[in-house]
Amino acid sequence: MRTAPAGYRRERLDRGIKVRSEDVFVLAGWGELLYRAGPRLAATVLLLVFPLLRPWTGEYWQTVFLVALAMMLAAVSWAFLENVGLVSLGHSLFFGAGGYLTALVALELRAPALVAVLVGSLAGSLTCALLLAPVLRLRGVYFSLVTFALPLLFSRIIEATKILGGTEGIVGVPGLGSLAARQYLLVAALLAAVFGLQRLLDSDYGLVLHAIRDNDVGVRASGIAVGRWKLAAIAVGSLPTSLAGGVLATHYHVVGMSAFALDYSVLPLTAAVLGGPGTMAGAAVGAALLVPVSELLRAFGTLRVVAYCALLVAALVAVPEGLFSLARRRYYQFERWVPV
Amino acid sequence: MSEVLSVLLYGLVQAAVLLLVALGFSVTFGLSGIPNFAHGGVYILSGFVCWYLLRKLGWPHLLAAAGGVAVAAVVGVLLYWLVIRPVRRLVLAEVIATFAAGVAMLELFRWMGLVTYEFNLPPVVAGSVTLGELAVDAHRLAVVAAAAGLGLLLWWFGRATRTGLALRAMAQEEYTALSLGIREDFMATVSVALGSALAAVAAVLVLPLGLISINLGYDAMLVALALTVVGGTERTAGLVLAALLLGVATVAASVVLGPHWSEVIYLAAIVAVLAVRPSGILGRLKELEERV
Repeated sequence: MRTAPAGYRRERLDRGIKVRSEDVFVLAGWGELLYRAGPRLAATVLLLVFPLLRPWTGEYWQTVFLVALAMMLAAVSWAFLENVGLVSLGHSLFFGAGGYLTALVALELRAPALVAVLVGSLAGSLTCALLLAPVLRLRGVYFSLVTFALPLLFSRIIEATKILGGTEGIVGVPGLGSLAARQYLLVAALLAAVFGLQRLLDSDYGLVLHAIRDNDVGVRASGIAVGRWKLAAIAVGSLPTSLAGGVLATHYHVVGMSAFALDYSVLPLTAAVLGGPGTMAGAAVGAALLVPVSELLRAFGTLRVVAYCALLVAALVAVPEGLFSLARRRYYQFERWVPV
Repeated sequence: MSEVLSVLLYGLVQAAVLLLVALGFSVTFGLSGIPNFAHGGVYILSGFVCWYLLRKLGWPHLLAAAGGVAVAAVVGVLLYWLVIRPVRRLVLAEVIATFAAGVAMLELFRWMGLVTYEFNLPPVVAGSVTLGELAVDAHRLAVVAAAAGLGLLLWWFGRATRTGLALRAMAQEEYTALSLGIREDFMATVSVALGSALAAVAAVLVLPLGLISINLGYDAMLVALALTVVGGTERTAGLVLAALLLGVATVAASVVLGPHWSEVIYLAAIVAVLAVRPSGILGRLKELEERV
């Protein structure tokens, strides 16, 4: 960030096109409407078209796209919970719950793969909500501490008691259609999550959720049962991650202890912080940038996690508002120097 | 009868181990409100520093241990100025930043391949002692003594030294403390460095009980979490009591139910304490407000 020259200060103003297209958009022409809707449409079209580019991108980058979609969902879910003041350091709990329950529904109940994914991820998010219910009285740091501990404990319990396939995991999870089908399922889920959750947060319902983050004592004093709202927020907010876990389980045909691995906790967190905490789209953009980079770093093994973490600290310190918010500001506003 | 005694004795040893491991985290959090999630990373880092000085450079044991503690304290200072200070007062950003720093340290070690059998530390005291009918190696008794000693030392530090009093003043009434001329950054640096040094002390004493492994760093965070929630941060006594309860409970669980159950105890304890006494077994109302 440049500092102002002596005797000047920075002034930020909304661009005229933003004012016209937002406030008097009835009069706006196509150009102005496109200015508003353009970025959203472009992102949506990109998501929908990418699976069709398979002959040009090759199988490998299509798989990366699938993983990126899963991580984008996880990052969006992280950002949603952050908006309620529930900062999770253990998103792999949701991811693993979705994966394992999908595998169980598919193999024990012999359900078709699509049903297994949907039922399994729903059951996964509900299970997580119930698991976290006793600790929802906690806030801030204490909640984060518990979420950090839960996936660790789960992988230990699975390793020690050999339930759920023990260290080898559950193998033979049936595949869900073709790669493109899995991709489009996740694209649909991602679009629903980004736009739906953002809309939810902008509604009156979201007002209460934000208020819980900002001052939960005040919310309780207004006669609102904070615990119940947080429980609902966890159930809704963990669903995207748990769906991502379910779909990836059907993709790999196996779900194991690695579903509770640290990567799935750190990556969504890094993505959301890098992209811009507070907005759903920012989290998705962050993950879309991070996953291809992390694929390029695949040869370095666990050094990737180190890289995420270094990036996370750098992003927190250097660009606290996030890349997405930075870009959005540039898009909607311009800056100039004015004499003091 | 001797089984009960052995559970109690090894429970006591386990309690000392837990206390040592959690002390650094709890001290930093209690004194300056900084949740230092890099604690587990510093713990393993100092273990490796000590190992390197001892095995590779051939320093005497005591000197190598002191080197480990010193490096940890320096890392604590760096951690405060580079990672924590830019996001100070944004509690959740503090959590995320220190968590990232800790994971980065641990995973860096994993990548460097420091996971084989050669990575171990020698016991502080060799040999074993027979207490009645139970044989215990002297190192475990030394751990108990060191935990008790450190607990007392910290208690004295907080009540009898100017720095200790200043730190407690910051924790209790920040604005009054600031108006009395207590320097905030200095105090926070001291608290993080002290917590990191305590992690190193724990590493030197506890790591010889097994191999140095990366997962112990994550375990250390788990232990610190469980003890902090169960005991509360305001009083060292709460932490000691929590360590005793959890230590005996985990040893008893692993004897009665099987070895893998001990880790479930932590979670059960956290949930039970949160449900019944959210401010911790010895916590007071002030903490209750902050937590719940």
